[in-house]
Amino acid sequence: MQNILEQIGIENYIYLSVLLFCIGAFGVLYRRNAIIMFMSIEIMLNAVNLLLVAFSTYHQDAQGQVFVFFSMAVAAAEVAVGLSILVSIFRNTGSIDIDNLKNLKG
Amino acid sequence: MSILTIFYILAAFTLATGFLTVVSKNPIHSAIYLVLCFFSVAGHYLMFNAQFLSLVHIIVYAGAIMVLILFTIMLMNLNKENEPNKNLLSKISAAIAFGLLGFVMLATFIKTMPIIDTYKQSGQDYQSIKVLGKVLLNEYMVPFEFASVLLLVAMIGAVLLSKKSTSIQ
Repeated sequence: MQNILEQIGIENYIYLSVLLFCIGAFGVLYRRNAIIMFMSIEIMLNAVNLLLVAFSTYHQDAQGQVFVFFSMAVAAAEVAVGLSILVSIFRNTGSIDIDNLKNLKG
Repeated sequence: MSILTIFYILAAFTLATGFLTVVSKNPIHSAIYLVLCFFSVAGHYLMFNAQFLSLVHIIVYAGAIMVLILFTIMLMNLNKENEPNKNLLSKISAAIAFGLLGFVMLATFIKTMPIIDTYKQSGQDYQSIKVLGKVLLNEYMVPFEFASVLLLVAMIGAVLLSKKSTSIQ
């Protein structure tokens, strides 16, 4: 099996991950809908995971892939807890627009 | 068709679906685009020959997480195209922050040098499911067990948080 990094190069994967991470950060800043912000956080997590796998292949070491596996487990737990928080926010305020959550502002 | 062409097509697809996820008005459309984005990231993993991660990525992200998000969208009846509080200033500042972040990170990485000049394949198997299972259950045994504890705690917390609390009111 020929390694694809000989043909593609690690730089292209770095640029792809950086752009994907920037798209995720843009989504968190741009949208006010809390569910879309969650999806943007997932995009950012995916960008970092993709770069970890790329460097794991680059160094030909399995540790990076194990780390990505744990990161996926943490992402699953985070989404479950975050969505249940969203459900309770929706139940209390009637919307998931995060601009409505200003109760702690003095 | 060279492998570089396949990479460019797949990368363009990933970036386009990721961007459409962010800018779509309808949350259902965003979720569908995000599923496509996850599948293309799984395609990138397959190009690395990381079969285990590719399968786990499809199962966890496209299977579990997206079903959870879609279920929440349907449950809260959010599939209408209203975005309240169109604040133009925050949108402009978000676009500027996006541009600056992308510029700084690309400018950081564009001058970096790879530590390996000529890339050589060592020939040993390091990312098949067999090898990964051995690494996961020998060296990373304790973190693996703690991941199960984390998932259990997250499950209990999700049930407790979304339970209708009758004692407060």
